[in-house]
Amino acid sequence: MTKRNFWGYFVPYGLWLGLFVIAPVALIVYQSFFNLDHQFTFANYADYFQSGVYLKMTLNSVWYAFLITLFTGLISYPTAYVLHQLKHRQLWLLLVILPTWINILLKAYAFIGLFSQDGLANTFLRFIGVGPHQLLFTNASFIFVATYIQIPFMILPIYNALDDLNPALVNASRDLGATHWQTFRHVIFPLTLPGVKAGIQAVFIPSLSLFMLTRLIGGNKVITLGTAIEEHFLTTMNWGMGSTIGVVLIVAMIIVMQLTTDHTKGAAK
Amino acid sequence: MSQPIIELRHVTQKYGAQTILKNINLTLESGQFYTLLGPSGCGKTTILRTIGGFNQVTSGDVLFAGKRINDLPANRRNVNTVFQDYALFPNMTVAENVAFGLTLKKLPADEIADRVAQALKMVQLSDFGSRDITALSGGQQQRIAIARAIVMQPQVLLLDEPLSALDAKLRRAMQYELRDLQQRLGITFLFVTHDQEEALAMSDEIFVMNHGEVLQSGSPVDIYDEPINHFVADFIGESNILPGKMVADYRVSFDGHEFDCVDAGIPDHEPIEIVLRPEDLTLTDLAHAKLRVTIDTQLFRGDYYEISATDDRGHDWLIHSVRPAQDGARVGLTFQADDLHVMRLHEKEAEFDARLETYEGTENHDQA
Repeated sequence: MTKRNFWGYFVPYGLWLGLFVIAPVALIVYQSFFNLDHQFTFANYADYFQSGVYLKMTLNSVWYAFLITLFTGLISYPTAYVLHQLKHRQLWLLLVILPTWINILLKAYAFIGLFSQDGLANTFLRFIGVGPHQLLFTNASFIFVATYIQIPFMILPIYNALDDLNPALVNASRDLGATHWQTFRHVIFPLTLPGVKAGIQAVFIPSLSLFMLTRLIGGNKVITLGTAIEEHFLTTMNWGMGSTIGVVLIVAMIIVMQLTTDHTKGAAK
Repeated sequence: MSQPIIELRHVTQKYGAQTILKNINLTLESGQFYTLLGPSGCGKTTILRTIGGFNQVTSGDVLFAGKRINDLPANRRNVNTVFQDYALFPNMTVAENVAFGLTLKKLPADEIADRVAQALKMVQLSDFGSRDITALSGGQQQRIAIARAIVMQPQVLLLDEPLSALDAKLRRAMQYELRDLQQRLGITFLFVTHDQEEALAMSDEIFVMNHGEVLQSGSPVDIYDEPINHFVADFIGESNILPGKMVADYRVSFDGHEFDCVDAGIPDHEPIEIVLRPEDLTLTDLAHAKLRVTIDTQLFRGDYYEISATDDRGHDWLIHSVRPAQDGARVGLTFQADDLHVMRLHEKEAEFDARLETYEGTENHDQA
């Protein structure tokens, strides 16, 4: 490829990168140094790290993102493992992916219907004689729905890692006397760990800033960093503080990426 | 004869409408080097996987030391496999790979260390214990795979085309090492390959397979000198195969002439095929010739010339000669009566053996 051609092909990507990645991040960093009166200041950062409210919010976000990632992982690994052994696995995998094509807001509204006082869930609970319960606007329902939404993003990388695993290694392990469980523990799981890490990246970081679900399903009882950003930009109009939280999220993202990337052999895909 | 270590009885394997193995009967004695030889897709690897415990046969029995093991899972069989692509665990070091099976058995740490060191020494990679698998060459990975299997002290070692990924020189060196290793360990090796040279060099006994059937079994010399049919003759080494006719016992006709031979027990005038190995044909002058051919081309192979020639009836002949010939020259070929091997069409191995016994002393044939 000649140099001129290369730059020609680079234009669309370059524009996209400039307009939607570099410029917004630069603007957020820039905005984070201004107060409500548009004066340059470090006060936003000072506030953030000194006020208990923001630190608690951060802890809250991390804690809930952790729980969501944990539950997603606990459900996704066995699911991916079973899917991978099925005969028509491509079809089953497609069924897992299908819900991701539906807008998250629609899915959230669907859950409001399901979890409401007269919803299907409570009808069932009444039927078996343990209901009704307050399901909507609880922390549990927030984690439940968030986990439901994130599952496909965890299943896919794990499934791909299982697909990449040389089946001869499983046979070799069995051949050397390992039971199914020992084979899983010593061979299959360690070798599919890159997929799990990729899944954690795909789930944990977006979970830090979920705000729509905290409001619609969690009833604003869970205040995460995402909720705070939305509040600052749309309600209090404190763009500087909102941007500061944004910067904190970006830094958190980089830290998680560093922790979950395989540095040894470039095995991560 | 002692109890065979592995026996397959009437083993058949079907996948859907496809039959992979057709009524296989095999007996492996303890401490011998066996080879399953055949083209790819002939079912040889399926037999290996069956013995290793990775394949459930459709019907028939798999016996280990007299006990039926069809339903015994792979991890509980006293059989270990060296896989074709080695299947070393990339998340472990060389020593951890070799120690894997012993660690699962929960042996004391010092015993594991001793046995791992011993196994690594046996494959001449003593100093490689702490290395990463990915840092090894193909030949080294091959040896580690062997070490990982023999450290388990199996009674039978299965080897699935373990040399196919190595270059020619290394492959030859590994042939010696494998044979030597088998003799030192004194255990049964079952080696799978499509390379006839490998099979002939290493084996005590070879099973030649095609289309899911064992066509012929026997010592390398038996199979080379007395192939049962066209396929075996062609697959094992190079050969000149010509249609002919049995004239009488010890007398055969082909290419328009009659010759003495050492085969008998075939009805007179039955159509047969004859085999003459290229190295058994000698170039001679026309006066002493049994056959007369015209030289087409020749290739220098280093230790011999590979000469291709055509006779008056249009049959192609392949001759191995230490002396070169003249392209286009008309020369004579000669051979000994016992170099001429007669094959009946569609004769099965059992029939072949029975016929041989009718006119050969049985004592010099059953020693393999």
